[in-house]
Amino acid sequence: MTLNVSAIIRLLSPELILLITAFVVIGVDLARRRQDDGRTAATVAVVGLLLAAFASVLLYLSQPGEIVLFTMAIDVYGLFFKTAAFIGIALVIIGSVNFMAGRSKYLGEFYALLVFAALAISVAVSATNLILVYIGIEFLSITSYILAGFLRGDKRSEEAAIKYFLYGASAGAILLFGLSILYGVTGTTDMATIGDLLLRSDSAHWLGLVALMMVLAGIGYKASLVPFHQWAPDTYDGAPTPVSAFLSTASKAAGFAVLGRVILTAFPQFQPDWTQILGAIAVLTMFLGNLTALKQKSVKRMLAYSSIGQAGYILLGLAAVNASPDFGGVNGLMIYLFGYIFTNIGAFLLLLAIEKKSGGSTDMEQFDGLATRSPVIALLMAFFLISLAGVPPTAGFLGKFYVFAAVMNQQMLVLGALAALNTVIAAFYYLNVIRHMYFSESTVEGGVSASKGLMTVLVVNAVMILAIGVFAQFFMVWVNNSVTMLVANGF
Amino acid sequence: MDLLRSSVLTLIVFLPAVGSVIVALMPKEKEDLIKKFSIWWSVIPLLLTTWLAIDYATNFLRGNQMAYQAKFAWIPSIGVNYHVGADGLSVPLLFLTALLTTLGLYYSARVIRKRVKEFFLLFLLLATGMFGVFVSLDLILFYVFWEIGLVPMYFLIGIWGNPKDRPQYAAIKFFLYTLAGSIFMLLAMIGVYLSTGTFDILDAAAKGVWLNAPTFAMLSFWAFFIAFAIKVPSFPFHTWLPDAHTAAPTAGSVILAGVLLKLGAYGILRVLLSLFPGQFAQFGWIVALLGVIGIVYGAFVSLAQTDLKRLIAYSSVSHMGYIMLGIGAVGVALGMKNVAGAQESAAMAFNGASLQMFMHGIITGALFFLVGVIYERAHTRDLKVFGGLSAVVPVYYATMMFAGFASLGLPGLAGFWAEFFTFRGAFGIVPVLAVIGVIGIVITAAYILYRIIQSLFLGEFDPKRWDHWTTVFGEHADGPTDMALFEKVTLWPLVILMVLLGLWPTPLLAFFNEASVNILSSLHF
Repeated sequence: MTLNVSAIIRLLSPELILLITAFVVIGVDLARRRQDDGRTAATVAVVGLLLAAFASVLLYLSQPGEIVLFTMAIDVYGLFFKTAAFIGIALVIIGSVNFMAGRSKYLGEFYALLVFAALAISVAVSATNLILVYIGIEFLSITSYILAGFLRGDKRSEEAAIKYFLYGASAGAILLFGLSILYGVTGTTDMATIGDLLLRSDSAHWLGLVALMMVLAGIGYKASLVPFHQWAPDTYDGAPTPVSAFLSTASKAAGFAVLGRVILTAFPQFQPDWTQILGAIAVLTMFLGNLTALKQKSVKRMLAYSSIGQAGYILLGLAAVNASPDFGGVNGLMIYLFGYIFTNIGAFLLLLAIEKKSGGSTDMEQFDGLATRSPVIALLMAFFLISLAGVPPTAGFLGKFYVFAAVMNQQMLVLGALAALNTVIAAFYYLNVIRHMYFSESTVEGGVSASKGLMTVLVVNAVMILAIGVFAQFFMVWVNNSVTMLVANGF
Repeated sequence: MDLLRSSVLTLIVFLPAVGSVIVALMPKEKEDLIKKFSIWWSVIPLLLTTWLAIDYATNFLRGNQMAYQAKFAWIPSIGVNYHVGADGLSVPLLFLTALLTTLGLYYSARVIRKRVKEFFLLFLLLATGMFGVFVSLDLILFYVFWEIGLVPMYFLIGIWGNPKDRPQYAAIKFFLYTLAGSIFMLLAMIGVYLSTGTFDILDAAAKGVWLNAPTFAMLSFWAFFIAFAIKVPSFPFHTWLPDAHTAAPTAGSVILAGVLLKLGAYGILRVLLSLFPGQFAQFGWIVALLGVIGIVYGAFVSLAQTDLKRLIAYSSVSHMGYIMLGIGAVGVALGMKNVAGAQESAAMAFNGASLQMFMHGIITGALFFLVGVIYERAHTRDLKVFGGLSAVVPVYYATMMFAGFASLGLPGLAGFWAEFFTFRGAFGIVPVLAVIGVIGIVITAAYILYRIIQSLFLGEFDPKRWDHWTTVFGEHADGPTDMALFEKVTLWPLVILMVLLGLWPTPLLAFFNEASVNILSSLHF
């Protein structure tokens, strides 16, 4: 499909905006270095991200379905994830300005890297070509490695980055290997064509299966799926908290989005296989994440394991994918991720307020009696945790409802029962934090305080969580619309 | 009038939530204002439910219909609606909820001294959850309110529970037990949709659920049943109850016993019976059996308690067993269509179970208030330290006598009719179980008379046995003081109801009979 230049510019406007923003952020930072703690750079980054999100929404409303430059699908599926990721990253930046100020000399670079990461996500979720999938994922990885280790001199931040890097590099190699097998079997790098060719060739089945496993490993690590998760706890725990918020939400969402597109366009005829495989991985991910989270003493580390457990629920949507317009699985995955982005960013960024008071610790004791010391912060945290636990009327409930419904729709009763069991396990450790905040006597004196920016982000997140749960139809129309296009295009 | 009728349920459900938002905006130093506001605000739903009862009785009885319906699309893409309505089964329970909420707030205004703002905020929010369950006609809406009621109660137990009773443990146990049941119920609700294409309880019941898939029908039945049985709680899912009731603050225990337990029984009658009549006929005997085990076991365990509050908590297990027995008998009767008299017996059992829901609410509500009365003075609930209080606190004694005798089913008081109808119905359907269940009545008499009346009130009062008396307001006192005005105001409405309904249960029975006729006939019984 050939498009003229102006059409291409229009379709790629979010990416172009981000590219320009990233360079402007670096430029602004050069000009204003050390004068304002990076506030100008952060402002520019946020404005750029929100503009890009706005551009994505505009594009979404025009219902495009074009393939640009033979490699990128500008469709509603990708645009949905782009919008969510851009908004999420913008929230992370707003919430972290005060935290980052004074912690690093390279604030402009920090915000620029987050914008570059947004660009990487944008490329990855649109990619319809194996090469671009790889480039998108690697681009995202490299920005993430630097972000995870951004606080040089902080041993745990460095460890987080090294671990993530070593793991990511191997995963990248495996991904590339898998993609090369696909190319070897089919002679093309276009995923839709690969899907077609694999469908026609029986002999390629087992090779396709090997490639599928490798792709799963290579992309699954981004989504912190067990057994490709080993980097995640230490990285989420050790990275600067805003980066953990980013890695566990926007970056993870990108992993799921890419995985969904690759599987649905290149491997549709393998559905019986990957239903089994993904189902098993989902169960492992849920159990490992939730059971390990039970024993954590630090809330940040608990949230790290919790976000592994959450990845298990999200994967259920993909494992149970089907053609039903109500509970097709992919719509569950998308609404779950959409709500989860706001919930988890809220929970992680709230830790900034705790860390500021305690000097870095997020141990349970820091939360003791928080409800009497800082009622608003405690209420927000309780709300985020209740959403993570999946109690209505929050976004967390809506997401769980839709993925569970997809599982039931496929009559995978055992999977549904195990997921339900995990919800109960998870409720225990989420409520445990609430217990410390509301039931325990304070062991620490004085309230915690959040900067204006952080407070704004937390309140916005809480409002969004409630809005998604209450005005579910509004969001589900968006989501269902995105899925219809994807199904029509490929699956 | 039509506008009022279509919006009254929505007002009843959401006014308390609006109230809790208003409380949240008040400065927490103004405790008096918060208390007064909450109490008066809760009177509005009370008046509305009273009007509702009168209006329903005059206009809708013998109409065989779900009244006051309102229906708006909520998530139209999957057919989830905001659909509310009330019939003879829900109207009395709405009134009970409103009454106990107002009384609980009024009582708490005098005895809750720490974190006042949060308490009243959560108490109002709790009312929204309970009202919502009683009016929901959509499964997802039902689930949402079911869970909304869970969260405030968790906080009420955990924060204001007595530190000696391990409130944090009790609170988490309460939450996890209920959640474990309800999450599987959610899966079964999704199954109902996949089978019938609707989440509407009335529509799904009309279409029939999993008619051609007996395995799914059975699994769904048990998923719903266990969720409700945990809430009731029925033996063997009752173990959270003694902990939660004992640990909760007085008003919390009252709401827990008075209303929250009824949510489970209500769910069985409203949802399970309508959606899975076939499975109910098949497994009704298990329900009845669990009920009977609960009756006898609960009564024996009560007899062994030395802690007054724990005793009453276990008595709830026993009394909720009557409800399960009645409901189970209805189920068994569904499979006995051709047996003469089964239909009448089923209606009796249904009426008995629903009467027991209401009666247990006022009686056990009163009993938990009465525990609060003595605990605020003696700061212990150990029955061994009391004795001979009848001469010292005659008003308290008299009130306890009314509640105690009502609880053991003395004719002329409210509890009698519930037990009478339950056993009359059950005898016609599951005679053996009913006979075993009657043992429970005898033991109930034993623990009420022997444990409560004798150890608290009879004998000589010995001031040396316990010397930590205060007045209810926390001032030092040399011995027990009789009920204060606010305690009388809290308790006597309940006592009056016990007497009135004991002498003349007909008006209340008319509501429930309406519901039983309506529900049973919709099952083509």
